Amino acid sequence: MTKVLTDARSIRIKGRSFLAVVLSPDLPFDDWLARLDDLAARSAGFFLGRPVVLDVTDLPIDRAQLKELLGEFSQRNVSIMGIEGARPSILGQGMPPALKGGRPVSDEAVAKEPVIELQNSSADSKPAAIESRQPLQSIIIREPVRSGQSVIFPEGDVTVIGSVASGAEIIAGGSVHIYGTLRGRAMAGSIGNASARIFCRKMEAELLAIDGVYKMAEDMAPSLRGKPVQLWLEGDTIMAETLI
Amino acid sequence: MGKVIVVTSGKGGVGKTTSSAALGAALAHKGDRVVIVDFDVGLRNLDLVMGAERRVVYDLVNVIQGEAKLSQALIRDKRLETLFLLPASQTRDKDALTPSGVETVITELKRVFDWVICDSPAGIERGATLAMRHADIAVVVTNPEVSSVRDSDRIIGLLDAKTVKAEQGERIEKHLLLTRYDSNRAERGDMLKVDDVLEILSIPLIGIIPESMDVLRASNIGAPVTLADARSAPAMAYFDAARRLAGEVLPITIPGEKRGIFGKIFGRKAA
Repeated sequence: MTKVLTDARSIRIKGRSFLAVVLSPDLPFDDWLARLDDLAARSAGFFLGRPVVLDVTDLPIDRAQLKELLGEFSQRNVSIMGIEGARPSILGQGMPPALKGGRPVSDEAVAKEPVIELQNSSADSKPAAIESRQPLQSIIIREPVRSGQSVIFPEGDVTVIGSVASGAEIIAGGSVHIYGTLRGRAMAGSIGNASARIFCRKMEAELLAIDGVYKMAEDMAPSLRGKPVQLWLEGDTIMAETLI
Repeated sequence: MGKVIVVTSGKGGVGKTTSSAALGAALAHKGDRVVIVDFDVGLRNLDLVMGAERRVVYDLVNVIQGEAKLSQALIRDKRLETLFLLPASQTRDKDALTPSGVETVITELKRVFDWVICDSPAGIERGATLAMRHADIAVVVTNPEVSSVRDSDRIIGLLDAKTVKAEQGERIEKHLLLTRYDSNRAERGDMLKVDDVLEILSIPLIGIIPESMDVLRASNIGAPVTLADARSAPAMAYFDAARRLAGEVLPITIPGEKRGIFGKIFGRKAA
């Protein structure tokens, strides 16, 4: 029938972070795969249903070798969700996507499960629930965030002492505080935190988002431009008011 | 040991080559030994601006690839005997520059010259990143308009991340050179004001070069603007900027701010 062309509800785009296991094979692959089999034999099902990233940084391999390696993984029921550090030339059709920008996690976080699995190597052992509550974190950036730079901090709040340039972006799991002019993008509560807020000393932003709800510069009230502003979420609407 | 300056901007056509030549000539004018290196392989212009286009035999790429000695490729300026040019190759592209080759050339030049000025190509790719790689000081050339300012901001971010100094945890000295400044248009709001640019980029200002026909005239006769007419407004602004680069503290005047009868009479000096 009649189709509503403009839908007031916008699509929510959210970020979510998972802890992936990274495998970094070394040459020759036969030896490395033998050691992998050895590990898998001692902890059955370790790779089952687990996101695995293949890190091939600095490995002198070509596309055929990578394809063969991926074949070896699928034979072992290890599903590779992404490839890190690969030259574009060795990636091809049907391969997992290239990933970049990954950050290392403390060894404890990764080691937690393998240790448990190795201790009770019987296949039916239930993996212990991981204590996911982490202490609240924040980072402070003491210089201007330049165009083209992005600060991504899913763990908590981001404070910038300086301006955020046009073409720069701040993505925080918690709130975003900018003691300067916000000309770029700010996304607060990026991994699902509706109580996160955005604060800035001077509002000139290109795009704002809280918990996946977006607002473009042109949707913002002109009275907020150039003013100190805070933004928060009420339901599915971004609210804004000037500070002081 | 000489100092390495990169003249960079991100955006093209803002005046990097003009400024490299003018600053180089101004520094050489006071007796310092100066070499200007053209990194714009494939689109070289510096030889034209310096009036040395008919004297190019060997170039930067020849030196990097070991086909010529550095001393064979250096061209001495006919007007100033302490001013030299190392031209880029016109028949090659930026891939001919190798990181180790550039490092060798810059190290060798630093031993002989007081100032090594690297004239960066536009963009943020190989040519531009290699030009800035070994710099001690960066001169960021910006026009007072939004696209140039944002590109400069991007370049400043790269200077803080991709230079040898930054990688060693030191800070590279960065200066803003505002070129093609037209006070009438800034007042009408057609151009960004000096304060707006400084607020966005937040790096120290080293000079404001007024928009002037003298710049075009100088490049047409193949002379750095500071040599073509040392008393023109842009030349005087470049001389002051060069003195600030060398460490002198001078007050900066915004061209055209001093209006009225004195401004008209002493217009040139006021600039």
